Amino acid sequence: MNKDVTVILNKSGVQRALTRISHEILERNHGSDNLVLVGIRSGGDFLAAELQQRIQQIEGVEIPLGAVDITMYRDDLDSRGSLPLGKTDIPFPLDGQKVVLVDDVLYTGRTIRAAMDALMDFGRPQAIQLAVLIDRGHRELPIRADFVGRNVPTAREENVQVEFEPENVPSAVRLLKP
Amino acid sequence: MSFAQKHILGIDHLSREEIIQILDTADSFKEINTRAIKKVPTLRGKTIVNLFFEASTRTRTSFEIAGKRLSADTINISASSSSVVKGETLEDTARNIEAMHPDIIVMRHGASGAPHYLADRLDCSIINAGDGAHEHPSQALLDAFTIREKLGRIEGLNVAIIGDLTHSRVVRSNLYLLNKLGAKVRLAGPGTMIPPGIEKLGATVYHDINQAIEGADVVMMLRIQLERQGKTLLPTLREYSRFYGLNPNNLKLAQENALVMHPGPMNRGVEISSSVADGPQNVILDQVENGVAVRMALLYLVSGGEETEG
Amino acid sequence: MSILIKNGRLIDPANDIDGTFDLLILDGKIARIDKKIDDSAEEVIDASGKLVTPGLVDIHVHLRDPGLEYKEDVISGTAAAAAGGFTSVACMPNTKPVNDSLPVTQYLIRKAKEEGSANVFPVAAVTKGSKGETLTEMGELKEAGAVGFSDDGLPVINSELMRRALEYSRPFNMPIISHAEEKSLVGDGVMNEGFVSTELGLKGIPWVAEDAMVARDVMLAELTGGHLHVAHISTKGAVDIVRQAKARGVHVTCEATPHHFTLTEEAVRGYNTNAKMAPPLRHADDVEAVRAGLADGTIDAIATDHAPHHVDEKNVEFNIALNGITGLETALPLTLRLVNDGVIPLQQAIALLTCGPATALGIPRGDLSIGAVADVTVIDQERKWTFDPETSRSKSHNTPFGGWELQGGAEVTILAGHVSYRFES
Repeated sequence: MNKDVTVILNKSGVQRALTRISHEILERNHGSDNLVLVGIRSGGDFLAAELQQRIQQIEGVEIPLGAVDITMYRDDLDSRGSLPLGKTDIPFPLDGQKVVLVDDVLYTGRTIRAAMDALMDFGRPQAIQLAVLIDRGHRELPIRADFVGRNVPTAREENVQVEFEPENVPSAVRLLKP
Repeated sequence: MSFAQKHILGIDHLSREEIIQILDTADSFKEINTRAIKKVPTLRGKTIVNLFFEASTRTRTSFEIAGKRLSADTINISASSSSVVKGETLEDTARNIEAMHPDIIVMRHGASGAPHYLADRLDCSIINAGDGAHEHPSQALLDAFTIREKLGRIEGLNVAIIGDLTHSRVVRSNLYLLNKLGAKVRLAGPGTMIPPGIEKLGATVYHDINQAIEGADVVMMLRIQLERQGKTLLPTLREYSRFYGLNPNNLKLAQENALVMHPGPMNRGVEISSSVADGPQNVILDQVENGVAVRMALLYLVSGGEETEG
Repeated sequence: MSILIKNGRLIDPANDIDGTFDLLILDGKIARIDKKIDDSAEEVIDASGKLVTPGLVDIHVHLRDPGLEYKEDVISGTAAAAAGGFTSVACMPNTKPVNDSLPVTQYLIRKAKEEGSANVFPVAAVTKGSKGETLTEMGELKEAGAVGFSDDGLPVINSELMRRALEYSRPFNMPIISHAEEKSLVGDGVMNEGFVSTELGLKGIPWVAEDAMVARDVMLAELTGGHLHVAHISTKGAVDIVRQAKARGVHVTCEATPHHFTLTEEAVRGYNTNAKMAPPLRHADDVEAVRAGLADGTIDAIATDHAPHHVDEKNVEFNIALNGITGLETALPLTLRLVNDGVIPLQQAIALLTCGPATALGIPRGDLSIGAVADVTVIDQERKWTFDPETSRSKSHNTPFGGWELQGGAEVTILAGHVSYRFES
């Protein structure tokens, strides 16, 4: 299929957005105390690792990093079938922590709902905040991001793709039109 | 990639890729069993009936826990096989259960082929939890999961399975699975317990268990059940233990870190000596633990079994 | 009543006739056989391109009458026989009550004569109630019309009693028909023992269970001079034993079923209860041996072991399904397959369905001699058709041959000068 492709962010654009988000996270939370990052597989986990690196550069502290796979918490088993499961890996307690949940693209909000349900099964965080690289609109649930790289108005039939280089370094965000 | 099987009737009908998909899925589920809150909402609203025509504590409990950890409603029904002969037929029993709209029936039955019979007649998914002397797919999958977890691979391993090969559904499912995943299987047991042609399922058959154990990476002992298997097959359990039991001496013939496995329940002092059953090489309780994750994987995969483009 | 059958290929193995002849039936008897008969007749059947043979004879049928009429009865069973080209059947005594007495034997013959579509020749039990304890009144049963004795479904386990049965029946010129299975070796087996039973996890029945019993019975026949007829022979070993016994001059005959010369144990796969019977479907080597036995004359007759069962008795787990399959409507095409496969010539196939079985049990049928009772079958050897058990005239539909593409079948079946079946497309 021939797709019309627009670059929303190039590599340096992504880098700048992530650096800005890192600063915003630290500012909002008055530093890195009790702060943990949990990325949503797959994509959000790579971005969370980028944020962790930047926070370490800024604050000199390595904050805990986890990953959550939300397949077990999906609400569309009957329509989409048994999708392959990824691993959830949160090797630290969440009780009383400020969890920054990280995803690449915020769309309907259903993934975030599933991810929050998953986090609750691991403990009782003090707060959950949401960081996304792209917010493309079309929410179906009352969910909004606390930290956004770029707001991109899209049509439903369009597709937003975050691309990664071999070392899981984000390289570009593209808008694909059908 | 979705999972293409609606039923799990045996390993025979699964491809190598499907087996690996099940093991990988189980790997993801295993983590849940160590959480404080051991429950995910994956199968919320699904109803699973454990229909057991034969007594089984381990397998039924394992399936029940697996279903509950996935938030499905699980109901246990124990029926007597003998009541099938007189009175209600298997089809009627099953139709009555189906009228209550379960999504999955997990079935244990003493007659080989009974789950296939139901799968032909009912709309819901059927998971075979052991049929006669035919197959016990979830057992073979949890065995493979445990081997892969402990030794890192299955391909190229030498696996010795020892005991009553004639009446064992565990051995048949393991033969299919281990061959599909590239292991080499050796079998051994008394002359009265080796069914004709079993080597054609992919195994070398030995009468001397020492030959089967020598150099093996895994030694799997089968439960001996005189009361079920008939009095003409063996002189005494004492003699069986001497010639076909696993003990510290013959275990030395295996690889140094060979795994000792048993599908349970064990007869200590008969097919396996207590010192081996409790020894450092035994992974028998790991098998039980992994059984829950493997059964979660089966329940999850057949639930979305019918592919629909989404 | 007169019927003239014209231009058919007439095969009468008993009289060594094979050629194009016209055949005239008058008053229920074979009146004339000639190259060209121009007499007028009430019915003229053009048998151009068809076979004209003696009415087929099946010496192993379960009519389930009396007592098990929900499976089959004399009327439905003989209707199925007629549709399959058979004019005579010998029915086994494992009914309720067991046919071990004069009244049951008389009842069967009378009911067949009054309401049936084929001759019924009852086989009575060897032992009272088929319990294997005391002999039946064989002389009186013969007088009533029984043509042989069998505890079919069961062997006579007690060897001494089997000896006495062969001794006692001998002066009456009556065969003892052996359902040859050594029960302790059968155990609770449900199919042939071999790789397939191993793979399916079903209990196996070894071939030796049949061989051992056939060997015992053959030796007892040799000892006593009695006539042993081995029912549904199915193993290579049993065929060999009978072949050797015949060479020694032992008075032994035997029959084979279409399913044992057509299907192997592979048919059980999928836990198909319509592939469950006693003796079980065997290994391919056994099927070959049965075919060789048919070809070299070791096996005297093809018999169906037509064993109707209600659907509820088959629609169950494999290990509790009842043994047996129906066979009357598929025996002829399955036998003609042997001809197409080059196993036996056509004349021999017809002999195995007519004079072979008739001679084995001493039934006065199976030939087209002038003056004989006019039991005649006109066979269309070419017709290709698909067997649909639901259209069977039997009350039961337990057959593994449903959906099979078959070739050949009865065109017209004539019983004592009256049409008992006519094919309608």
